[in-house]
Amino acid sequence: MTIATTTELICFLVLSAVVVFGALGVVLLSNIVYSAFLLGGVFTAVAGLYLLLNASFVAAAQILVYVGAINVLILFAIMLVNKREDLKAIANLGVRRAVSGGVCLGLFALLVRVVVTTPWNLPGPPAVGEEATARIGEHLFTDYLLPFELASVLLLMAMIGAIVLARRDVLAKDVVTGETADQALIEKARTPLLLERRSS
Amino acid sequence: MVSPGLDLELSFSQALQGLGLSPEAARLLWLPLPMLLVLVAAVVGVLVSVWLERKISAAVQQRIGPQYAGALGILQPLADGLKLLVKEDIIPARADSILFTLGPILVVIPVIVSWLIIPFGQNLLISNVGVGIFLWIAFSSIQPIGLLMSGYASNNKYSLLGGLRAAAQSISYEIPLALAVLAIVMMSNSLSTVDIVNQQTGAGILSWNIWRQPVGFLIFWICALAECERLPFDLPEAEEELVAGYQTEYAGMKFALFYLAGYINLVLSAVLVSVLYLGGWGFPIPVEWLAGWLGQPIDAPVVQVITGSVGIVMTVLKAYLLVFVAILLRWTTPRVRIDQLLDLGWKFLLPLSLVNLLVTAALKLAFPVAFGG
Repeated sequence: MTIATTTELICFLVLSAVVVFGALGVVLLSNIVYSAFLLGGVFTAVAGLYLLLNASFVAAAQILVYVGAINVLILFAIMLVNKREDLKAIANLGVRRAVSGGVCLGLFALLVRVVVTTPWNLPGPPAVGEEATARIGEHLFTDYLLPFELASVLLLMAMIGAIVLARRDVLAKDVVTGETADQALIEKARTPLLLERRSS
Repeated sequence: MVSPGLDLELSFSQALQGLGLSPEAARLLWLPLPMLLVLVAAVVGVLVSVWLERKISAAVQQRIGPQYAGALGILQPLADGLKLLVKEDIIPARADSILFTLGPILVVIPVIVSWLIIPFGQNLLISNVGVGIFLWIAFSSIQPIGLLMSGYASNNKYSLLGGLRAAAQSISYEIPLALAVLAIVMMSNSLSTVDIVNQQTGAGILSWNIWRQPVGFLIFWICALAECERLPFDLPEAEEELVAGYQTEYAGMKFALFYLAGYINLVLSAVLVSVLYLGGWGFPIPVEWLAGWLGQPIDAPVVQVITGSVGIVMTVLKAYLLVFVAILLRWTTPRVRIDQLLDLGWKFLLPLSLVNLLVTAALKLAFPVAFGG
């Protein structure tokens, strides 16, 4: 065994351990903030696995999109919605946990069966390495053009939806109470305090 | 046009193989050397910037600045570092001690790893990865997580607000930053930093990207200042509002890590501006021409060593000119408000960078000679 393959094996084992135990931590820990930070660790370890597979562009994209955008968004949501309310104790917690554990184990067994029974084509096609960036771009603009455009339309829809929800002045009535919303309160002009005082 | 230049790794591994080592073992021995060198260079770069900051701020405010520690106070940053090193490391009683410790580490590691892609010459970089500049953008997106982590773990409202502000700021300015880089990448047809510099070496100072991307240069510089949390964009630690933002509860070495990360990031951004827009290691007059006028062959070992040194000096010189501008800006401009900051990022820089990208694409199609066809 050469030095390179040994290093690769060690890296693979460490990254897999981080992914598996990190994912278990995300699900099992009761503190939601820890779960969110661990999720970031899992995403980073997955990026490491891509790097081991010689897909550096995909690894960097994984870090940029999943760690830098999605995970930060999750953290923001957790930290901005900081309502401390005591949740009611759930009845039959043990039974619920057993059922969900059973479902998860069943899914795991199915996945293991797929992994074992599929005739994997080993070794696969050679890695393209540095060429991958150009290759991905070509695919996105030729045979995967429609899915690419559809995804962008989907994102546009989500963005417009978010803007409509955030700008309350579009809605004349309060969604929760059904009362007519006070427009002046919602759309308060953004003037500096000092200027306001001087004019009055 | 592109000369092979110095290849220290090749020479090193040939020397070791001459001693009877296998190529793999030689590579294993080589690997830690550039990493160590870059780490040392980054830390020394920070010490120099701290000294410059103290001296220039003193000059701006008509003071003298440090002068007793060494000649011209040049040892003052070392004394600062030593003080922080031996200071008591306090973890607040109600803070989350694991996240509190992990936060500063997560902030500093991506910044140091980003030095991986900084080229000082054709072969004078740790690793010429194909995704180069994209890797830096990806790594700098990890930082907000560390900031949020330390803000949350401090169990202090100022820290949490500072952390949220820092993360929001760094996310908002990452998008125009990435779009400005994308325009450069489009022109050089490569993400690799070495290729980006090589594309600017044609005619010395005239072929630098700043002439072709003046708007992109300004966008990148503003966004880099915002990412480094320098004035006028230092809202995450606005003293009058937030004490010191996410750093409020930190002391000793953990605080020093934030400090270090800030200054390494500043130097790194300055180096990247010089790589992307100011021709990287290129001398204003191409060294190939100079060698030709002096009648020296460009491949001769002595000339190679000289061009390599000129490359390093040019990179550092350009970077420190930009650091000087950043320091002057810090001590002469007032801080913007949070709504002005977000307005500038989302309503001005983002559309402007999109237009810049579009115009670059159009120019590339219209004049493939000048804009990298």
